[in-house]
Amino acid sequence: MRHSQNAVFMREPRSYLRLVVAGQATSPTSEEGHRSMDDAPTREFDAGDLRGCLCAVGACQDRAAFRVLFDHFAPRVKAYCQRLGCTPQLAEELVQETMVKVWRKANLFDPAKSAPSTWIFRIARNQRIDAFRREDHPEFDPSDPCLIPDEPQPADAALQQRQSEALLHTTLETLPEEQKLLLQMSFFQDMSHGVIAETLNLPLGTVKSRLRLAMAKLRARLDENQVSVVEEPGH
Amino acid sequence: MKISHHLPQETLLAYGAGSLSEAWSLLVATHLALCPSCRELANSMEGIGGALFNTLAPAAVSYDAFDKLMQTLDDSALDTPLVDKNPVRAAPAILPEPLRSRLGGDLYALKWRRLGMGVFHIPIKTSDGKVSARVLKVPAGQPVPMHSHNGDEMTLVLVGSFLTYQGSFGRGDVELADPSIEHMPIAAPGEDCICLAVTDAPLRFKSLAARLLQPFLGI
Repeated sequence: MRHSQNAVFMREPRSYLRLVVAGQATSPTSEEGHRSMDDAPTREFDAGDLRGCLCAVGACQDRAAFRVLFDHFAPRVKAYCQRLGCTPQLAEELVQETMVKVWRKANLFDPAKSAPSTWIFRIARNQRIDAFRREDHPEFDPSDPCLIPDEPQPADAALQQRQSEALLHTTLETLPEEQKLLLQMSFFQDMSHGVIAETLNLPLGTVKSRLRLAMAKLRARLDENQVSVVEEPGH
Repeated sequence: MKISHHLPQETLLAYGAGSLSEAWSLLVATHLALCPSCRELANSMEGIGGALFNTLAPAAVSYDAFDKLMQTLDDSALDTPLVDKNPVRAAPAILPEPLRSRLGGDLYALKWRRLGMGVFHIPIKTSDGKVSARVLKVPAGQPVPMHSHNGDEMTLVLVGSFLTYQGSFGRGDVELADPSIEHMPIAAPGEDCICLAVTDAPLRFKSLAARLLQPFLGI
């Protein structure tokens, strides 16, 4: 039963893409060129499929699309929680809580603002903080009248977002090991930079400057990409 | 008004990673409401987190996890999408979220407590044992006595402005201090200065009078 269901879901996502988010996720062809590095052996679906599925869940509570998201992300949420010290049992619970939130908040997902992996990472992070520290992760409220609005977005912010996501993956791979390690420790070990410095027996200044180097490199690549996207229509 | 004093990148990274503790995160999030450029930066830090998250080796979930999840959604009102809690809030506000909710209201609803030397404050309870967060109100034109720091301190201006030897800090600006900095911030004339201050160690006042008062002030 499970197998036959899975087989159906595996074939379906592309059609959801076309039906539900036509024009949002399928229009540009140029991004296909960036896709190759996305082909990690564990991935069944590419980023475009996942984006389409998340939009489909948001638009019409599509259960088949949700299954695709679950199959891809639930094992990553579990891995993330375990890396951060959860028992397998607590990690399973956090997977449930995170995926309930994904279901309920999918209508708020904006493909022009974040990649599905980033959007779901945020939810998993917040659920974990909730469970571990019994506190909320303090966040600004996008509808707060006090909020100073963003600069106007470029015409095809969604395209740019997709390209940034792909670019981020490749650029992360090119970082020196020492910088990658610090990023990994920052995100997956719940350590302050001071504690990371102690653990690695490095001066705090070195930890901070290596992290800054890593961030500068990642951002420089993203900025290059933004320039090229903005210039494209003129050429 | 343009913000000229921003948060350090690595603080935004720690915020995005979820490793920054609550009191600091409250200040960061409140600054983000006022600062589109740090918001954009924080967003890309979370993008790095998302990319790393996506490359984690998957850990198999239990075989019935999906069915259990769908059962939960079917059995409860949880299957309804969340709508924005506060769709339209026409009323202008002065204190940004998430600080406003943490204080239980906007500026005019606050119950200030006298701290001494003309300064008022409201301590904010957080889960950080060692980190203290408070909003401070310093009367226009008044200096805070010369002090240095035993640890790190971040001060986010919400109303008015203050001056230090590093320049002027207005709404949205963040002043960073650490044990190497000795300063005497002065609230600019014309308007009381209200700010959110987070610190992980008591201040070190230079004057004997201020030091003697310190235990009673709890600052």
